[in-house]
Amino acid sequence: MKILVCITNVPDTTAKISFTDSDTKFNKAGVTYICGPYDDYALSRAVELKEQSGGTVTVLNVGEADSEQVIRKCLAIGADDAIRVNCEPTDSYFVAQQIAAIASQENYDLILMGRESIDFNGGVVHGLVGEMLGIPSLSPVMKLDIDGKTARITREIEGGKEDIEATLPLVLGCQEPIAEWKIPNMRGIMTARTKPLKVVEPTGDDLTVTRKFELPAPKGAVKMIAADEVEKLVDLLKNEAKVL
Amino acid sequence: MLCLHNIFFISYIYVKLVCKQNNIQLLSAKLIISNHNSTMILTDNKASIKGGEFLIKDIDASQIFIPEEFSEEQKMIAQTCLDFVRTEVHPRLDEIDYAKDTSLMVSLMDKAGELGLLGTSIPEEYGGFGMNFNTSMLVAEACGQGHSFSVALSAHTGIGTLPILYYGNDAQKSKYLPKLATGEWKAAYCLTEPDSGSDANSGKTKAELTADGKHYIINGQKMWITNGGFADIYIVFAKIENDKNLTAFIVEKDFGGITMNEEERKMGIKGSSTRQIFFNDCKVPVENLLFTREGGFKIAVNILNIGRIKLASAVVGASKGVISQTVNYANERKQFGVSINNFGAIKHKLAEMIVRTYASESACYRAGQNIDDAIEDLLASGVEASQAKLKGVEQFAIECAIMKVHGSEVLDYVVDEGVQVYGGMGFSAEAPMDRAYRDARINRIFEGTNEINRLLSVGTIVKRAMKGELNLMPAAMAVGKEIMSIPDFNTEEEDGIFIAEKKVIKNMKKAILMIAGASLQKFMAKFEQEQEIIINLADMLIETYVAESTILRVEKLITTRGEEACSLQKDAALIYLHNAVEKLNNAGKSAITSFAEGDELRVMLMGLKRFSKIEPFNLKDARRRITQAAIEKNAYVF
Repeated sequence: MKILVCITNVPDTTAKISFTDSDTKFNKAGVTYICGPYDDYALSRAVELKEQSGGTVTVLNVGEADSEQVIRKCLAIGADDAIRVNCEPTDSYFVAQQIAAIASQENYDLILMGRESIDFNGGVVHGLVGEMLGIPSLSPVMKLDIDGKTARITREIEGGKEDIEATLPLVLGCQEPIAEWKIPNMRGIMTARTKPLKVVEPTGDDLTVTRKFELPAPKGAVKMIAADEVEKLVDLLKNEAKVL
Repeated sequence: MLCLHNIFFISYIYVKLVCKQNNIQLLSAKLIISNHNSTMILTDNKASIKGGEFLIKDIDASQIFIPEEFSEEQKMIAQTCLDFVRTEVHPRLDEIDYAKDTSLMVSLMDKAGELGLLGTSIPEEYGGFGMNFNTSMLVAEACGQGHSFSVALSAHTGIGTLPILYYGNDAQKSKYLPKLATGEWKAAYCLTEPDSGSDANSGKTKAELTADGKHYIINGQKMWITNGGFADIYIVFAKIENDKNLTAFIVEKDFGGITMNEEERKMGIKGSSTRQIFFNDCKVPVENLLFTREGGFKIAVNILNIGRIKLASAVVGASKGVISQTVNYANERKQFGVSINNFGAIKHKLAEMIVRTYASESACYRAGQNIDDAIEDLLASGVEASQAKLKGVEQFAIECAIMKVHGSEVLDYVVDEGVQVYGGMGFSAEAPMDRAYRDARINRIFEGTNEINRLLSVGTIVKRAMKGELNLMPAAMAVGKEIMSIPDFNTEEEDGIFIAEKKVIKNMKKAILMIAGASLQKFMAKFEQEQEIIINLADMLIETYVAESTILRVEKLITTRGEEACSLQKDAALIYLHNAVEKLNNAGKSAITSFAEGDELRVMLMGLKRFSKIEPFNLKDARRRITQAAIEKNAYVF
C-alpha cells in the first residue's frame, strides 16, 4: 500500500502571535515550529498501517526550507521518504493544488492529512484535494482500518459517530484517537538523515494576498453582578456588551 | 611580606607529599624546575586545551562549544527525551512516588529502552547508538525533569552500565551491554556501605576465591543502592581477601545469596528504588571480575567523574523545568489586583533563576565538548575506544567536579526561589514545587558530596601542578610580582566583544593564583588539612570557570547572530559576571584572613581588591529585561 501523508509546519501551540510588515506577515522570530498535531496523528496511523501490512509512507509538505526540521522528524517517526514543495503555503486552494499535482503523478492508495492545520485552521484541503483528483474525501476520521481495497472508517459527526466503508483510493482528514501519538525513537532519528527528501518547485499561482492580520481584542475585565440584580445584567449585556 | 620566590622549594616538598600519597615516582619534580624558568603563560593559546588549564590560559570564544551549536539531529534526540518525560512520566509523578512496588518504574524504564534512551552511550556493535559525550549530556539534561525517573535512568545508564562499557572485557561487554542498552536488564551500582561513604575505599565487603578457583564468594552489606529493588545486575565493589583496594564484580541477581531491606523512606526522589542490599555467600563466577584485582577504586573514581558532569547537565534540565513552572505561576497568580510578575521582588528572583541556569548550561557543554575533543585526540593517537573515553573524562575531572557542585547548587537555588514565588502554594503538596524542592536536595549529596567535589577540584589542580602537568607555577609567580608592583592604569581601548569583561575574568584567575600560591606556601604539607581555605578557593574557581564560560558563549553567539539579537544573553552574562566577582571577592577575603597576617594580609587584600574590580552596571534593569522576556514567553527564556 502506498500512503501519502501531508503535513503542515506550524507554530507551536504556545507560540506568541505577532505580525510584521504592517500586519501582513506572521512574525516568525523566536517561534518554535512543530508538525501540525492532527497531521501527527495521520502520520502515526500511516506508520502503523505500514507496520501491519507493508507498503510505503511518503511525507509531503508544502513549505519553505525551514520546514525541513519537521519533515526530518516525520522521517524519524517512520516515513520512508519525503517531498517538499518549495513555496510558502499561502492558502488552502494553492496548497491543495500542489498536493494534487504530486499525487496525480503516483498512484497513492491513501492520502492522509490532519483534519485541519492549527495555524489558519481552514480544514478544507482534504476536500479540495479529493475534488482535484476525482476521488472521495472524508473528514474528520477518528478510526481507520484497511482490509484489501476497503477502508473501514469511523467519522465524527455532530452529536455522534458514523461508521463508513469506502473503496481506496481515498483522501482522509484525520484526528485523534486514530493512532497512538508517536515519539521518534533513537534509531529512527539516526536513520532519518539518510532517507531521501526531494525538493520540487510549485505549480500554479497564488490566488489570494493577505492584506492585514488582526489579533482578537484582549479579554476585558470581568464584571460581577449580584444575583438579585438581573435587570442590571440584562442592561449591560444589551447596551454595553451588545450581545443581546 | 609575601615571599613567592620561595615557592619552588615549597612546591618540591608538596610534590613529595602528593606523590607519596598517590604512589607516584618523583619524576615530575624535574618538570617543575624547567617550568620555573618559563615565562608567564596567561595568554598562551597554542596548545590544545587540557583539563584545569582554564585557570592559566585565555580561551578564545571560537574554541568553546555552545549549546546553540547542537545539530538538528541532536535537538531531535533531546526533544524525544523531553516528549517521553512529558507524556509518560509527568502525568504519573504521584503514582511513581507512592507506588507500592517497582512495577511502574520498571515499565517506564522498559518504554525508555524501546525508544532507545538507555543505549545512547553504548556503541552500535553492542546494540546502542554510540553517541558522543556531549550528546549523552544533552540526553541527561532532557531527561532531567523526570524527578525519580531521571534518577533511575541515570543510575542505569551511568554508574550501572558504564563500568562494563569502559572496563569490561569483550565477553563481558557482549553478554551484558546489549541487554542493558534495550533495558531488558536493569543495572545498579553497589559501592556505598553503612560505614563507607565518601571514604569509598574503606568498604568492608569481602570476596573470597573458592577452593576450586572458579568463583568468588561475596559477603557484605551495601546501602543507598539506587535501582536496588528491580535491578537484574549489580556492579559490586568488594575487597578480595586482605587487599588494600577494592575490586569490582558484575553480579547477576540470579547468582543467589542476595537479600535486601525494604525500600528506604527518603526526603525526596521517593519513587526511585533505594535499597540496602546484603550479600550472603553470593557466588560470582571468576569471569565476572571486572577489570583487574584491586582496580575497583579506579573504576569507582573514573565512573564518578562521568556521573558528575552528567548530573550537572541533568540538573540544568531540572532547573529549566522548574523555572518555566514558576514563570507560569507568576503570570497567573494575582495579588493586589495584578499578576505577581509585576513586582520587582519577583522579577529579581525569576531573573536570577534564569541567569544562573544559563551560566551553568554554558559551562556544562563547554566541558562536555572539551571531553569529546580529548577523546577524539586519544582515539587519533591509537588509544582503544573505551580507554580513550575514560582518559578523556579523567583529563577534565576538575571541570566535572566544578560543574557537579555548580549545577546542583543552582538547582537548589532555583527550587528554593520557586517555592518562594509560589508562596503558600509552594509549601502545598498539591503544587509542583513541593516535589521539586525535595527531589533537588540529593544532588548536592550523591556522586560525591559537594564538599568532596570542592576539595577534589582544588586538590586535583594542585596535584597536576606539582606533577608538572599543569603549568601553574610561572603564572602564580607572575601574579606575586604583579601585586608588588604599581597597578596598570593602561586605559587604551581595544576593539572587540567583552574586552573589559575578559580582563575581569583574567583578574579573577589571578586572585585564585595569588591565594592558592600563598596558602600552599604557608601550609606546605599541611595544606590539605585547611579544608576551609580549599573550599574558599574552590568557590573562586567555580565562579571563574562558569563566568568565563558564559561570557565566551555569548561572545560566540554575538559573532554569529549580531549584538542586537543577543541582548538578553548579554544581560545574562553580565549579571552572572557581576555576581561571580562578588562571590569571588567574599571567598577570597575569607581565605586570606584565614592565614595571612600583618603586611602580607594587607598586600593580599589589596591584591584581591585589584583583582575583583569591575565597572558598575545596572543589574536591576538587566534582570527586569530578562524577566520580561520570560514573562512574555511564559517559560525559561533561552
